[in-house]
Amino acid sequence: MTDNRKLIGLAVFLLAVFVVVPWLIAVTGRKDFYYTLTSVALLSIASAGVWMTFYIGRINMGQGAFALMGAYVAAILITQYGVSFWWTIPLSGLFCVLASLVIGLPILRLRGVYFAMVSLVLTEVTRLLSLALPITGGAKGITNIPLPGAISLFGITLVPDFATLENPRIAFYYVAVTLMVLAFAAMYRLVNSRIGHICMSLQQNEELASSIGVNIVHLRLIAFGISSFLGGVSGSVFAVVTQSVYPSSFTVTDSVNFMLNCFLGGLAYVFGPMLGTLTLYFGWNLLFETGEFQLLIYSTAMIVLMLILPNGLLSLGENRRKG
Amino acid sequence: MSSILEVRGLTKKFGGLTAVNDVTFDVREKEILSVIGPNGAGKSTLFKLISSFLTPTEGEVRYKGERISGLAPHIAARKGVVRTFQETTIFRNMTVRDNIIVAHHLRSKASLAGFFLGTAVARADERAFGESADEILSFLNLSDLSGEKAKNLPHGHLRALGIGIGLATDPAVLLLDEPFAGMNHDETGKAVAMVRRLRERGLTVLLVEHDMPAVMKISDRIVVINFGQKIAEGTPAEIQANERVIEAYLGAEDESIGM
Repeated sequence: MTDNRKLIGLAVFLLAVFVVVPWLIAVTGRKDFYYTLTSVALLSIASAGVWMTFYIGRINMGQGAFALMGAYVAAILITQYGVSFWWTIPLSGLFCVLASLVIGLPILRLRGVYFAMVSLVLTEVTRLLSLALPITGGAKGITNIPLPGAISLFGITLVPDFATLENPRIAFYYVAVTLMVLAFAAMYRLVNSRIGHICMSLQQNEELASSIGVNIVHLRLIAFGISSFLGGVSGSVFAVVTQSVYPSSFTVTDSVNFMLNCFLGGLAYVFGPMLGTLTLYFGWNLLFETGEFQLLIYSTAMIVLMLILPNGLLSLGENRRKG
Repeated sequence: MSSILEVRGLTKKFGGLTAVNDVTFDVREKEILSVIGPNGAGKSTLFKLISSFLTPTEGEVRYKGERISGLAPHIAARKGVVRTFQETTIFRNMTVRDNIIVAHHLRSKASLAGFFLGTAVARADERAFGESADEILSFLNLSDLSGEKAKNLPHGHLRALGIGIGLATDPAVLLLDEPFAGMNHDETGKAVAMVRRLRERGLTVLLVEHDMPAVMKISDRIVVINFGQKIAEGTPAEIQANERVIEAYLGAEDESIGM
């Protein structure tokens, strides 16, 4: 794709999420879609993190742990220390980075199914910790998280206090989508820069990568750190959008879903997790009407999709271009 | 000629098994030295010990007087001792050119963050890597295949690509793991010529190999190991006349040691 086509693609995408979608919602009056799309945007940020760990050849089923950590860090900072919501976004991310370095150092040596299992356990351990620790409020969780305040720069209000808004959901939609655009822009840049190529070399063959002088331990930690940062950011905003966080806010199911989002979208494509999240989230909700058959149809569809499209939905476009 | 690598009393035990036992030899600057030995003699283990992919139980490897055994492989590579692998070990899903470009890692002046931000230093690096990759590709006669996915290359070219990946790191000592394995007579001839040209580039080459005629043709000196121990060291002519070597290979035909 030429640079021009990329720019047009970006412009169309930005126009769609910032103008067309809100307009469609206004026309149809389906205001509930704001919440749905906010969730999709936030979940796709966490999925992008999982995608990053796939990129270095690790099946990460621990993203739920970092999303939960991020959610609690934001909730605790806001309710107990009065920190502004806007600061808690990077702070939650950084907390998760630190946690991921401590956790990642021992477990990133593992590969394949072993890493997947340990990371899965990580999600469960985090949930149990949040039940047990005094600061997280046990099973009752943390509720009544206030809405975000205003952002002012030199006395000019850039973002109004959410509590004064008629419909804060629209504002949350814009926050989530902005963060999603930033996260995916950063990921795109990362993957298409030399760092991406080095991560790719790690995915293909770690021994060979170390023979050409790549510090594989270091690089694995960087990738896992980026992944966890995105998980933490996603979780922190989620906590504030729903104004609450419980130990069950992010569970093993969510960890698995983050991974499935990546599979479905396509592991070879940076934007795979975004499309995967959108499709899975809506797919699951559309199947709601089928009642007790929801899970059956959903999982059958997933299996069939993976059999006929092992490289994800985005590989459809690739085949068309080749053919 | 002075020694660039000193292997001193190198020993590796796996549980009760001693794979490499008290092996000592020198690699001189800009020579082609081959390590040979019957199957299971411990060649591969020795190879991994020298390239720091294994830590010796006893003894050490010194590069320009500095101990490199026990360091992580990427640190040994940074110092200038780089190994290649057998043919299947390449970055399969990258193009041939990208394989070589990514292998320039050690030459980058920019930091990872610099590459992310696209700083001037990083852009200069990218340009330099591209040019150097093209030079290496033409050196290895791979230019025509530069856009091909590495996994689609035929066998002979895979080995050349592996050597290209090693060259991209700008090593002083290149360790080649069975560079002639599975090649027919013509291919071996070309590969032998290519290894000679590596030396002309100023590299010291240490190779581990089965193919006796090729080893006899190419090596300045040969180290023979059997049951983990060094049994002989010398020029190809000396090795061919060595009683212990002939004994070690007894059962194999005479022609297999090039006589």
